[in-house]
Amino acid sequence: MGPLGSIARTALWVASCLVVAAACLPGFYLLLRAGEVDARAWEVFFGGRTLELLGSTLSLAFAVTLAATLIALPLAWLTTLSDLPGRRAFTVLLCLPLAVPSFIHGYALLAAFGDGGLLDGWGAPRPRIYGFWGATFALTFSTFPFSFLAFRAALLRQDGSLLEAARSLGASPFEAFARVTLPQLLQAFRASGLLVAFYVLSDFGAVSLLQYDTFSRAIYLQLEGAFDRSLAALWSLGLMALAVLALGGSWFFGGAEGPTHAGRASRRPRRAHLGGHAVWGFAAVLGTLAAGVGVPVGVIVLWLTRAADRWDFERFWTAAVNSLWISLLAALVTVLCTLPLAWLSARRASSPLVRVLERAAYASYALPPIVVALSLVSFGIRAAPFLYGTFVLLVAAHVVRFAPQALGASRGAFLQLSPRLTEAGNSLGGSGLDVARLVAWPLLRPGLVAGGALVFLTTMKELPATLLLAPIGFSTLATQIWSATAEGYFAEAALPSLLLIALSSASVAFTLHREDSAGVGATG
Amino acid sequence: MSEPLLTVEELCVCLGEERHVAVEDLSLELRAEERVALLGPSGCGKTTTLRAIAGFEPVRGGRISFEGRVQSDAGGVRVPAHRRGMGYVFQEFALFPHLSVEENVGFGLRKQSRADATKRIAEMLRLTGLEGLEARRPFELSGGQQQRVALARALAPSPRLLLLDEPFSSLDPNLRGTTRRHTERVLTSVGATALLVTHDRDEAMSFADRLIVMRAGRAEQAGTPEELYAAPRSAFVAEFLGAANFVEGEATGQSARTALGEVPLRVPASGTVSLCLRPESLELVVEGGAPARVVEREYHGASCIYGVEGEGFQVAVLAVGDAPFRKGDAVGVRVRAPAVVLEG
Repeated sequence: MGPLGSIARTALWVASCLVVAAACLPGFYLLLRAGEVDARAWEVFFGGRTLELLGSTLSLAFAVTLAATLIALPLAWLTTLSDLPGRRAFTVLLCLPLAVPSFIHGYALLAAFGDGGLLDGWGAPRPRIYGFWGATFALTFSTFPFSFLAFRAALLRQDGSLLEAARSLGASPFEAFARVTLPQLLQAFRASGLLVAFYVLSDFGAVSLLQYDTFSRAIYLQLEGAFDRSLAALWSLGLMALAVLALGGSWFFGGAEGPTHAGRASRRPRRAHLGGHAVWGFAAVLGTLAAGVGVPVGVIVLWLTRAADRWDFERFWTAAVNSLWISLLAALVTVLCTLPLAWLSARRASSPLVRVLERAAYASYALPPIVVALSLVSFGIRAAPFLYGTFVLLVAAHVVRFAPQALGASRGAFLQLSPRLTEAGNSLGGSGLDVARLVAWPLLRPGLVAGGALVFLTTMKELPATLLLAPIGFSTLATQIWSATAEGYFAEAALPSLLLIALSSASVAFTLHREDSAGVGATG
Repeated sequence: MSEPLLTVEELCVCLGEERHVAVEDLSLELRAEERVALLGPSGCGKTTTLRAIAGFEPVRGGRISFEGRVQSDAGGVRVPAHRRGMGYVFQEFALFPHLSVEENVGFGLRKQSRADATKRIAEMLRLTGLEGLEARRPFELSGGQQQRVALARALAPSPRLLLLDEPFSSLDPNLRGTTRRHTERVLTSVGATALLVTHDRDEAMSFADRLIVMRAGRAEQAGTPEELYAAPRSAFVAEFLGAANFVEGEATGQSARTALGEVPLRVPASGTVSLCLRPESLELVVEGGAPARVVEREYHGASCIYGVEGEGFQVAVLAVGDAPFRKGDAVGVRVRAPAVVLEG
């Protein structure tokens, strides 16, 4: 037993339950809200508009998932099982598109091909980027790395001796691929495909900028324009159900695979020799990089140089400072809120209540941001009007959204801190405070800082909750990009976009590094 | 004598990007229903040899023939792995994680009719004692059960030769003995011809009719386990197959003069020789023998191993039954059996 008294332990349980309850509040609140909606709203909900939105949302999710898979699978094969020169560096580079938020892809498309964009006025035919195709492009190139990483992991995990076993049982190379490799990739496909679909369902920025009507965009427009919160609440419930299905399915399939064999060492499959065909490999990798990173960064740089005289440094500076402090605050509060549950889940992992709390906390991740925002808006207006339009609700929204991220990191930190270490500190004559200062804090710090950094960087990119919940006149880098783009002021959005991409690159590098040290991204 | 089933002539295999030589100038023969073990320390090339025979590794030089047909030679792989008709049991079993036990065992039976395949699967599961586990996935099985599935899967298509790559080494030590005896029973009942690769001498000596001891890519010595244990050609083989004492001596025909006194030789020799004496070929006596002192004593109940030191020698002596001597006792060492003269 640690140095905790019974009062402290009770406090931990109570705090954990409260935080989890807060995380689950938006979902429950929506359910309650749906219960008191009037008949007219239900009528509209069951009308053609809902069906239309369902169709457009699902077709976008389907198209993006398909496109992401078609891009990711060959690239995963090239970087794991072929002898393509530079495959290690390419692996890292191919994850970089994760650093470009979907709304910046949307911005880049508009700023290049839209009305008033770079190509406007040249008389050249411009591709139709509004609506379905633009949204598909933007979301495909900001999500395909999830599929890429999943396929890579599946291909690397594949034990080469499985293929040899198939061969020794009379299967030809093609048959071995079809009967052994494909079924195993199918699992990665289901898990990563549903994850990509989940991100499409949750996306607000790209679809709203490119004016493609999905649930997210319709909910937002309903709130801003018509201000009919009943219909928005019902749509939110529908969207939430879809998102829970997608993310739940992804977790189910991702966790379904057992260990591949009893033992340790596995034989690496032989690398395919590309020879002259390596040219096509390079073309595939470089083309993907150009579309995923080159286009947005190129458009931004062009706008920066083109409108160098029209930079509004003061607005940029205000937005940057706002983004900075709200993100820092969100990170700090989120990490603090997850500490009690992280301690419990590291030390009392066998307790059923802890497991329920953990699941519930992670489940809140499935809520699309627009749903969290809408729920807190309704809650604020009706239950806590004194909080509505203040930073309290905004920070609460960030905490609810990003608690699962911080929880994972904090839990890992507590797992590192073995109770034996604090006991050793005590046995050497250290007081409780000494042990906390000299043993616990140095060991916990890296994990807590990591979790906080993750929340910080994600909050920097957050859009819908900030749009709906921030006090009037409060702008961040993300909202500035969004509003400037929506109004066609492409030059004004360039600098904030560049800064956000730079910051996100740091977060991607950071996440990859963690996965690498956990052995996921490791390659030979 | 019948034609050998498998012939490997002057095999040479290179591995990796650096093409380092893993197997060099290795020859062996395997007759129908024979069990042979390739024995050697890790990295000696024994697994590479097995993989070359299976068709998983290309051959740099030499030839592998099976049932009179060339399978691999310096020109490349003549017969691809899936047409060789050899079964392979992998070290880590390599069970297909996405298939059930039944489907794993039936994997190689695609070309048979469904009814025949079902019958064969049931037969193999009965033979290996896996009834009732048909629907399980590999990760739901214990290590011993996984090994049996791997064996059943490899035997199901009735291969004419079974290749086993360290099939017991990933098992719990106390499970290895029973699993090995079970595997032997199964192989005997189907009359399988088997080539086993292992680094475990007990496993090799109890499993195989013949042993081939490998060292650094070459075959060091081949023969029955009894021959190799009794008459190792080198210190390496002697030590690899059991505990051994080495002494130098001056040979004069039937015997040699050594620090232990006059020692009889298995084979006449002359000049300076290196001799090998197993611990059980020596005994400790109260009077007579070469004078020595007990420096170590390892008591095992049924037997006792003494470490003794004398003028110019230090040997291990195995005593069965009584173990009357203590550390520090003055004793005499007597040679009970003729010594082996090592080559080189």
